[in-house]
Amino acid sequence: MDFSLTREQQLAKEMLEKFVENEVRPIAAEIDETEEFPIETVKKMARLGMMGIPFEREIGGAGGDFITYIMAVEELAKACATTSVVLSAHTSLCCWPIYAYGTDEQKAKYLPKLLKGEHLGAFALTEPNAGTDAASQQTTAKLEGDYYTLNGSKVFITNGGYADIFIVFAMTDRSKGTKGISAFIVEKGFEGFSLGKIEDKMGIRASSTAELIFKDCKVPKENLLGKEGIGFKIAMSTLDGGRIGIAAQALGIAEGALNEAVKYMKERKQFGKPIATFQGLQFYIADMATRVEAAKNLVYKAAWKKQTGQNYSLDAAMAKLYASETAMYVTTKAVQIFGGYGFTKDYPVERMMRDAKITEIYEGTSEVQKMVISANILK
Amino acid sequence: MNILVFIKQVPDTNEVRIDPKTGTLIRDGVPSIINPDDKNAIEEALRIKEEHGAKVTVVTMGPPQAEKALREALAMGVDEAVLLTDRAFAGADTWATSLVLAKAAEKLGYDLIFAGRQAIDGDTAQVGPEIAEHLNLPQVTYVEKVEVLDGKVRVRRAMEDGYETLLVKTPCLLTCIKELNNPRYMNIYDIFTCYAKEIKKMGIDDLGLDKEEVGLVGSPTKVKKSFTKGPKAQGEKFDVPPHEAATIVCEKLKGMHLI
Repeated sequence: MDFSLTREQQLAKEMLEKFVENEVRPIAAEIDETEEFPIETVKKMARLGMMGIPFEREIGGAGGDFITYIMAVEELAKACATTSVVLSAHTSLCCWPIYAYGTDEQKAKYLPKLLKGEHLGAFALTEPNAGTDAASQQTTAKLEGDYYTLNGSKVFITNGGYADIFIVFAMTDRSKGTKGISAFIVEKGFEGFSLGKIEDKMGIRASSTAELIFKDCKVPKENLLGKEGIGFKIAMSTLDGGRIGIAAQALGIAEGALNEAVKYMKERKQFGKPIATFQGLQFYIADMATRVEAAKNLVYKAAWKKQTGQNYSLDAAMAKLYASETAMYVTTKAVQIFGGYGFTKDYPVERMMRDAKITEIYEGTSEVQKMVISANILK
Repeated sequence: MNILVFIKQVPDTNEVRIDPKTGTLIRDGVPSIINPDDKNAIEEALRIKEEHGAKVTVVTMGPPQAEKALREALAMGVDEAVLLTDRAFAGADTWATSLVLAKAAEKLGYDLIFAGRQAIDGDTAQVGPEIAEHLNLPQVTYVEKVEVLDGKVRVRRAMEDGYETLLVKTPCLLTCIKELNNPRYMNIYDIFTCYAKEIKKMGIDDLGLDKEEVGLVGSPTKVKKSFTKGPKAQGEKFDVPPHEAATIVCEKLKGMHLI
């Protein structure tokens, strides 16, 4: 058993830490305030190969590995949850399904630009009436000649306002239920595609969470991903991997808040001594650090299983459930440790607490993770 | 065009502590990094490569652990890396070090040589200029801008109260300061190939040097003693009007035979 990073992963960690300190942390509070999508940061990440970490160089990827990708999401989230989810949604939810289910032509057409970060990716499954109940898709796709015609709308699409390529799910045959759902690669310039509302959110405020509208949107039939009717399978398997990304994001948020709390406890004095000397708060730190470590082990074990080709569905669900709850616990405690200052925007912990909440909700709520976990255990 | 970049692995701190007993640097527990000015040198070489095409080779002299600094340079995108390592090189001062580096440059071939201005551990700023002297090359120090022309470079050199622009024939050696550029980060592409690349190792025999010329033996610098300045005493505090204070200061200085 070996918990150590490879030499390459170690170098990547050093690079990521520097990048985050210099390029990400300084603007995290500002983009939270302005809701301005960090497009310049994404361009910088692209130049460093960060938008295609776990994919082979032959198809335009950076030639890294899945653990390094997860580490990148984690390191970004320590300073800025928004930037981390941009990377996670792009990599896990758009690049991966094209890589796993695309034809050679689709891969050759879309992956090089996505993996080099020249294009940004997104994933469009959720609808106003199809959240956790993702199977009740209202968006339809009808084959007419050389095109599928898409009608309907999607909501809460991460990266939505800035993405170039979308993986869109739609009903091709309602009579077949979940087996009637298909997946499509949609370019933002396709006729009949438009953006709707951009959400004003509690956290990850700069991540451009958009509504997508399809009005007789013409999608070339060669842009069907996989076969007709396997869309639900594509969505579920994509989300299995995506969960490790969100778990890493939650872990990073928790680590970021823990670091802030430790720093503050050593500086802040009350009753004539640093508040780090008070046992009540020391016990908070012990609980926070222990949960962070447990979350980290779950996240990296899931990532290792995916990287080594093992079945990771159960591990990913456990990692996502526990890491997101840890993020909520640690950030809430961090605000408590900061007291009144923690409730202000002078310190980053209030932002971290707002950012943490979404990790218990998107890419499968905590309740969905429990369904996945129990179904695996009780089968 | 062949560009050589000389780099040094240094402890990641501006405040190097000295062991009072042995007089040597305490490196334990301090992570090692590429010397900051040397990163500017690497960046400039890579920038020129991207603009004009070139092969960039980083060279360092050091113990086997210095390989890490070379891997980092490869992960930034340099083409080749050379480690000059030999037990005989140990204890070298700037003269003996620059001789080894100059010999390596002769063996490797070059059109342009970059070095950092100075290392944050030794702070001598001597090695770059000494390499140029050994090789009988033109040199420009404190370089803050480089423009590659045909057979020469136009270089801007920072001065205390302004700058100098010089036109220099190549081959030449330039020592870089942080104002020159912003060194790039390592990148994922090169990080995942840098350990697969071979690092060329050269020792005293490969360079055709004698034992008397290198290392401690070949170093004219003799260190008598290295020490950290002791803490100052707290001093006395007088809360008095200025004219009384002046008298007290004068009396004290007289008492110390300073005036």
